[in-house]
Amino acid sequence: MTDTTPRSTADTEGAAGTAGAAGGGADAPLLELRGVGKSFGNIRALSGVDLRVGAGEVTCILGDNGAGKSTLIKILAGLHAPTAGSYRVDGEEVAFASPRDALDRGIATVYQDLAMVPLMPVWRNFFLGSEILRKVGPFSRLDVAAMRRITDEELKKMGIDLPDIDAPVANLSGGQKQVVAIARAVYFGARVLILDEPTAALGVKQSGVVLKYVSAAREAGLGVVFITHNPHHAYMVGDHFVILRLGETELDAPRAELTLGDLTHHMAGGAELDALEHELARSEGPDGGPAVPHPTAPADGPA
Amino acid sequence: MASTLAPRPAPAATTEKELRAGRRPLLNRLLSRPELGSLIGAVAVFAVFFALAPTFRQGDSFATVLYAASVVGIMAVGVALLMIGGEFDLSAGVAVVTAALTAGMAGYYLNLNVWAAAGISLLVALAIGFANGAILVRTKLPSFLVTLSMFLMLQGLNIAVTKLVTGSVSGPNISDMDGYESARAVFASSVPVPVLGGVRITVIWWLVFVAAATWVLMRTRVGNWIFAVGGNAESARAVGVPVTRVKIGLFMTVGFFAWFSGMHLLTASGRQQSGEGVGMELLYIMAAVVGGCLLTGGFGSVIGAAIGAFIYGMTTMGIVYAGWDNNWVMFFVGAMLLLAVVVNAWVRRQASKR
Ligand SMILES: Nc1ncnc2c1ncn2[C@@H]1O[C@H](COP(=O)(O)OP(=O)(O)OP(=O)(O)O)[C@@H](O)[C@H]1O
Ligand SMILES: [Mg+2]
Repeated sequence: MTDTTPRSTADTEGAAGTAGAAGGGADAPLLELRGVGKSFGNIRALSGVDLRVGAGEVTCILGDNGAGKSTLIKILAGLHAPTAGSYRVDGEEVAFASPRDALDRGIATVYQDLAMVPLMPVWRNFFLGSEILRKVGPFSRLDVAAMRRITDEELKKMGIDLPDIDAPVANLSGGQKQVVAIARAVYFGARVLILDEPTAALGVKQSGVVLKYVSAAREAGLGVVFITHNPHHAYMVGDHFVILRLGETELDAPRAELTLGDLTHHMAGGAELDALEHELARSEGPDGGPAVPHPTAPADGPA
Repeated sequence: MASTLAPRPAPAATTEKELRAGRRPLLNRLLSRPELGSLIGAVAVFAVFFALAPTFRQGDSFATVLYAASVVGIMAVGVALLMIGGEFDLSAGVAVVTAALTAGMAGYYLNLNVWAAAGISLLVALAIGFANGAILVRTKLPSFLVTLSMFLMLQGLNIAVTKLVTGSVSGPNISDMDGYESARAVFASSVPVPVLGGVRITVIWWLVFVAAATWVLMRTRVGNWIFAVGGNAESARAVGVPVTRVKIGLFMTVGFFAWFSGMHLLTASGRQQSGEGVGMELLYIMAAVVGGCLLTGGFGSVIGAAIGAFIYGMTTMGIVYAGWDNNWVMFFVGAMLLLAVVVNAWVRRQASKR
């Protein structure tokens, strides 16, 4: 909780600027957000969010539906420009004009809606925006053979073997689409990998593969931002946990300061849940006092 | 087929793949081609007129059919690319006339070589395309509204400016100006072709443009981007495709073809009428849609649009050759369009059903 990042000093222009530069110095994190806010018209999706993503570290972002997680990663990915605060890559302030700028810095993203073009073949989707080209005289053409081969290889590594790499993405199952999107980000994310609920539609086996990829990416020294609603998945791979609530940071803690229980507790609503539990416990009578307000409670009641 | 019967314990992955791949036979691949429906339609229309109209069977009549097809077909190349990119252009028909009038008036009143006038006309045509595209991406209005406005404005400008400058509804005659002969050779001459006799050069250009556009669409990065911005612009943007530039570029491509077509009109007679071009934009769209382009974008082919234009050429000329009343032409073109749209939709459903 008592974090090192200086909060709300951003108002005092000069002082904060120099302090920030000194703090960022040699050991600057890969990505850093300071006091970031984002409004859509009069909807405030994010406000005053700080985030540091270090190399070789998995940062998990958790929170309720509508908490602002996707908005946060869209800022990291260059899809949205923040309406307040600053975004630094390697300690240097950036203003990405498009996701292309982020990709050029090795920041690749799996969006929650997967960002694929339904009527295009799998391999064209895989390389969309980052096509492999081959010079033919003054022109450059697509290296179709190489792109098809790599797509097939990368998908096989993720444990799916598509019968037809030319089939339009629309023909794939939800999980297969997700694997294609993840394989693409893994392939292009040279430094930072951002995954927005990548395991939401996946089977047990593919979820396992994705978690292994996340941990392999960490071993390889990449920074990973991992969004999930599953505390078990988060705790398995996370080094650092950020919980968002109504667009603000509710918790920002390293793994060492948390147990899986704490994390589940926070994700399930934290303080609110305590209050709820208290309330339920009272209404249930003297014997229903256990700390777990879960399916076991009714069973205890009549006994 | 045989492999389905013999269960092999071999490497599970490859076997499964082979089995599944086997269920996507050649027919299915064919069905998923956008131009299939139009190809069948073209064969049918050809057969009908071949049987009914003796004149249709002659080589020089066929050259005329090709010419009629090329006039629509050249514009349909640009319009099809634009439609695959998710937009359409109602101003394309009158923009052709704007280009022709611009070249004619610039050449005549500024006393320029026809090629210099053509250069000015090209700039104007590209500017019209740029304006369409820029307004579209800026305002995020649908292309129907943006290009409808452009259509009406150009239609008015064509007649008003021509009247203001020349005092009549037709542009000046430039057929005795420097560079006219060479421009005519490029845009409006005939080339001898065995069997067919003299074929208008627009037919050759049409084929060149179709080949080039197909290559760009299927084998270059820009082509990949065109499909992507038409299929899902937000997703394309999210993976780094410059959506704005692609869309504006597509409108400017239509501008280029409008310029080319305008130069053809101008050099074919030496003089351009200011009131023409209205309604042509729908024929370009018709050709693209008959050829399998989805009005919603992301799917289609330039070859299909060429076949669509060819069907149009056969229908318009075939009715004349068959000795029918010319007034039926548009009825048949409309019926063809309806049939093609229904067939294309049906084929696509079959293809996705597997
Ligand atoms: N483009 C947008 N325009 C307007 N409001 C938006 C837009 N994108 C997000 N919001 C709003 O911002 C808030 C946060 O949305 P966001 O998608 O970031 O939530 P999330 O934490 O990813 O939720 P989930 O777990 O359901 O994916 C929501 O209230 C949402 O309605
Ligand atoms: Mg989300």
